[in-house]
Amino acid sequence: MQFASRRFGNIAVAIPSGRLDHAAAADFEAALVPLASEAGNAGLVLDMAGVDYLSSVGLRVLMLATRAARARKARIAAVALQPLVAEIFAISRFDSVFEMYPSVPAALSAMSPDARAAYDASAATQD
Amino acid sequence: MRGVRFWGTRGSLPVALDAAGVRAKIVAALRGSVGRDLTSEDALATYVDDLPFAVGGTFGGNTSCVQLITGDADYVVCDLGSGLRAFGNAVLARHGPAKPQTYHVFVSHLHWDHIMGLPFFGPAYIPGNRVVFYGGHQGLEAALRRQMDPPSFPVAFDVFRASIEFVHLPPDVTHEVAGMRVRLKRQHHAGDSYGYRFEKNDRAVIYSTDSEHKLTESDERDAFAEFFRDAGLVIFDAMYSLAEATSVKADWGHSSNIVGVELCQAANAKELCLFHHEPALDDAALAKMLAETRRFEEITRGTAPLRISAAYDGLEIAL
Repeated sequence: MQFASRRFGNIAVAIPSGRLDHAAAADFEAALVPLASEAGNAGLVLDMAGVDYLSSVGLRVLMLATRAARARKARIAAVALQPLVAEIFAISRFDSVFEMYPSVPAALSAMSPDARAAYDASAATQD
Repeated sequence: MRGVRFWGTRGSLPVALDAAGVRAKIVAALRGSVGRDLTSEDALATYVDDLPFAVGGTFGGNTSCVQLITGDADYVVCDLGSGLRAFGNAVLARHGPAKPQTYHVFVSHLHWDHIMGLPFFGPAYIPGNRVVFYGGHQGLEAALRRQMDPPSFPVAFDVFRASIEFVHLPPDVTHEVAGMRVRLKRQHHAGDSYGYRFEKNDRAVIYSTDSEHKLTESDERDAFAEFFRDAGLVIFDAMYSLAEATSVKADWGHSSNIVGVELCQAANAKELCLFHHEPALDDAALAKMLAETRRFEEITRGTAPLRISAAYDGLEIAL
């Protein structure tokens, strides 16, 4: 499991990758939950594009992040799920826990126009 | 060990298919028949038999009661939910009331839905029968007596005319009972529950209901995988979705289909049977959960496939 994060305006984007299973759970929790708890974040977007597999233990970490975010009334979304991970979300009913969007920019548009503008500005800089 | 028969499969509270539910099934069956030639009895029977289970059948609504078919003359059941009534009546119908039988009854825990069938267990009222209750709780006898005390029930426990015995079985050691090797494991549930591992003739059945797996401790997960190791059948509390079990219903003492698959895969079990169904789920919802669980097993499969079934009242599974 690898983990990175970015910030666009008042929205944090978490970017885990690899397998979110029992072996990765402790590191994943240590990286994700503080991000969800951070007072400056009005929302958290989980960019799941790089996640190949998610076990029940990995899903539990996502639930902990959800609780941390909702405790301070922040929104939380999951985006860009690979087909197999999307199936696991549906079977476990985690697709009803998160706001679901196809991509990071789509989630930012829905959650914060300022964050979307910051994303576009960042993308333009990279171009 | 030859197999099991389910007499009650519902969690928490008995439920019954209501008029609206029956109507929905009839409508679905008639809709599917449009354009088919069902004028012959054979064609009609084939059509009915081929209906999806959620349309042509029902999971039923009795609470936990599972018969182990051991191959011996004595009867063995797990839990005394409302399904116990039908079990007792079936045995009486088979042998008649005059032929004494021995019943070995293993109790997971003392919550109401797991003991409520006892006052309606006909064989307990008949002299000559022998009923032996086993469990890991010291308060088993008191709990069974209390539910028949006034004002809860009109007939006291002492009215039973069968020979009644209570046997306390400590967990984590192997007991020789009713021709089986029996092992109990304490489970996470309010007031504790006990899972059972039954072994006979190199075949093992696990009865693990009302058990929440917290997913946080690898030692605990490994211990349950070992308890389930190489079992032919694991009867597993899959009452909630994983999302429910880790959020609004955390600490309610129940588990999910996802965790059941993962534990059975880790244990190299042969079959997982989803059990202790949430009373709010109708037949269509339970059938959907079964299909989804099979798909989850498929996409997470290691080397050997794990068979997935969903218990219903009347289901028999051969080992």
